[in-house]
Amino acid sequence: MIEKALTGDRRYWGWIVLLLVIISAGVYSYLNQLTTGLTLTGMGRDVSWGVYIAQFTFLVGVAASAVMVVLPYYLHDYKAFGKIVIIGEFLAIAATIMCILFIVVDVGRPDRILNVMLYPTPNSMLFWDATVLNGYLLLNIVSGWTVLGAERKGVPPPKWVKPVIFLSIPWAFSIHTVTAFLYAGLPGRHLWLTAVLAPRFLASAFAAGPAILILVSYILKKTAGFDAGKEAINKLSVIMTYAAILNFFLLGMEFFTAFYSNIPGHMHGLQYLFFGLHGEGQLVPWMWLSMIVGLGSVLVLLIPKLRTSMPWLIAACIGIVSSIWIDKGVGLIIGGFVPTPLEKIVGYMPNINEILITIGVWSIGILILTVLLKIAVAVKMQDQLKA
Amino acid sequence: MNENRREFIRKTGLGVLAGLGVASGIFHKSSFETVLASTEHEDEAKGTRLGMVIDTRKCKEGCTKCIDACHEVHNVPQFDNSKDEIKWIWKDPYKNVFPGESEQFLSEETKNRSYLALCNHCDKPPCVRACPTKATFKRGWDGIVTMDYHRCIGCRFCMAACPYGARSFNWRDPRPAIDKINQAYPTRERGVVEKCNFCSERLSQGLKPACVAECPEGALTFGDLNDPHSEVRDLLKNNHTLQRKSELGTRPSVFYII
Repeated sequence: MIEKALTGDRRYWGWIVLLLVIISAGVYSYLNQLTTGLTLTGMGRDVSWGVYIAQFTFLVGVAASAVMVVLPYYLHDYKAFGKIVIIGEFLAIAATIMCILFIVVDVGRPDRILNVMLYPTPNSMLFWDATVLNGYLLLNIVSGWTVLGAERKGVPPPKWVKPVIFLSIPWAFSIHTVTAFLYAGLPGRHLWLTAVLAPRFLASAFAAGPAILILVSYILKKTAGFDAGKEAINKLSVIMTYAAILNFFLLGMEFFTAFYSNIPGHMHGLQYLFFGLHGEGQLVPWMWLSMIVGLGSVLVLLIPKLRTSMPWLIAACIGIVSSIWIDKGVGLIIGGFVPTPLEKIVGYMPNINEILITIGVWSIGILILTVLLKIAVAVKMQDQLKA
Repeated sequence: MNENRREFIRKTGLGVLAGLGVASGIFHKSSFETVLASTEHEDEAKGTRLGMVIDTRKCKEGCTKCIDACHEVHNVPQFDNSKDEIKWIWKDPYKNVFPGESEQFLSEETKNRSYLALCNHCDKPPCVRACPTKATFKRGWDGIVTMDYHRCIGCRFCMAACPYGARSFNWRDPRPAIDKINQAYPTRERGVVEKCNFCSERLSQGLKPACVAECPEGALTFGDLNDPHSEVRDLLKNNHTLQRKSELGTRPSVFYII
C-alpha cells in the first residue's frame, strides 16, 4: 500500500520537501541540544518542564480524540463516519508518534530511555503513560492499516480486527487519563492537584481533536478532492461544541473551588496565569486570549446557522484549537511550576533552539500524517472510481 | 412495568444504604468514621530512620560554612545563573522555606533570619513514587532517599513531584564549573538529576554529614529518628519543631526548631 504515497503531483512533493527542510532544521537543533545539553532550552531549575511536555500533553489529547469517530462508527454503526474514521485513526498515529518524540527530546539522557521498560516501576505514572501510549500506537496502526488494506482489496476486514478496534476505544480514554495522572497526583503542585484534571483533559481533547479533524478534512477536500461528507462534518462539529462547553464548565469549577475556598495555594496558580501574582503575570495576555478566542468560538458553534456554514466553522475550529493549545500547552505546564514550591515567581520563555526542535517534531508528525492520508485517500478514491 | 422498575431501584438503594449503616456500626475497622484525622499516619518505628534537627536560633546570618562544605565534598558545580543552578543545601527566608505557616504578625527576628533548606529525606517520598526507573529510591536500612546517577533518564518527574524544590538537574556539563574536584565523590554527567544524599558516602566511613560536621555553632544534629534515646529525639522531645509542609503527608525527616 505504501507505494501509493510515492506518486503525487508537484504540490504534494513540494509539501513533502518543505516538511523535510523544516525537519532537518529541527534535527540540527536537536543535535545541538544533545551535545550541549538542555541548557539550550528556556527550562531551568524551577520551571523544569516547558514547551516539549506541553506539546506532549496537547497531542495526547489529539491522539485520544480519534475515539470520537471510532466509537460512533464501530460501536453504534454510525455510517456517516465511514470515510472519516480512517482519518481519525491516522491522525491518532501521527499524534502518538509526536508524543513519544516530545518525551524523547525532553529527557536528559535519551540513550537510557529504555530504562523505563527495563526497570518497570508500576508506582510511577510515567511508566504507565509510556505503556498505554505505545499500546495505543500499536492498536491504531494495526486497526487502521488492516481495515484500509482490506478495503483496497475490496474484501471485508478480517474478523480478528474487530476486538482490536473495540479495545482501542477504552484505551483512548486511558491514554489521556493516565497523562492527567502524571500531574494530578503530585503533592504541592496546586494547579495540578485537582480531581477534574483528567475529565478536563478529556473534554478539551474531544473539542480540539474533532476541530483538527474537521480542518484536516477541509484541507483534504481542497487539495485531494476527497470529501468526508457533510453529515460527518456536521456531527463532528456538534461533538466539538458539547466538549468545548464541558471544558469551559470544568475550568469554571476550578475557579470556583480555588477562589471561594480562598485557600492561597489553590488560588496562586490561577492568579498567576489569569491576573498576575505579586505584579508578575507573564502569561496573563495569553490566558485571556485563550479564554476570549475559546468562548467566542463556542458562541459561533452554538448558532446552527454559523456552525453549518463552512467559513465560520473553519474559523471556530481554528479558535478552539488555539484556545486549548494555549490553555493546555502554555498555561497548564507553566502554571504548575509557578509559583515554585518555595513561593517564588520564575519566568519561562522557550528559546530559539527549543522552538526549532518543537517545530521539527510537529513537522515529522505532519509528514507522517501526510503520507498516511495520501495512502488512505488513494484507496478511498479507488473505491469511488470503481463505483 | 416502568413503575415496578423504579420501585425496585428505590428499595434496593435503601437496602444497600441501611446495610452499609449497620455494617459500619458492627465492623469498627471498616466503619466510615475511623478516618485518621491527622496528617501523621501510624508510626512504624521499625529499623533506622536517619534525620536531622536544625536549631535555626543557632544558625548565624551570613554564614555559609555548611553549604560550602556540602557543595565542595559533593562536587556541586557553581553556575552564576538561577536557570542552570545546582544546589543541595541553601538558605532562604521564612516565607519561602515554610509557605503555609503563619506569617501574620511574625516577629521581626523570625522574619529576617534565613533558614536552611535541603532534601527532607521524606519517609513517604513523592519523588520516589514518581520516578519511572527507580533511579531515585529510599534505602530500606536507614531511610535515606538517594539517587543512582547511572540509571536516571533525566525526565525530571521527580523535580515536579518534590514539594520542597530540593532537586536540581544538570542542564549542562557540570565539570567545568567545579572549582576543585574531590576525588572521593563522583562528578555527575549532563542530563541527570541530583540532590542531597545525607552524605551516605561519609556515613559509611563513620563520619557525620559534612554540613553537620562543619557547622561551628552546632546548629545541626543528625541521628536516628526511630531511636528514642538518640540526640535528635532528645531535641524533638524538648523543643517545639516544624517540618516543611507537613500537611502533604510526606513525613519529612528534617525538623526545624524556630
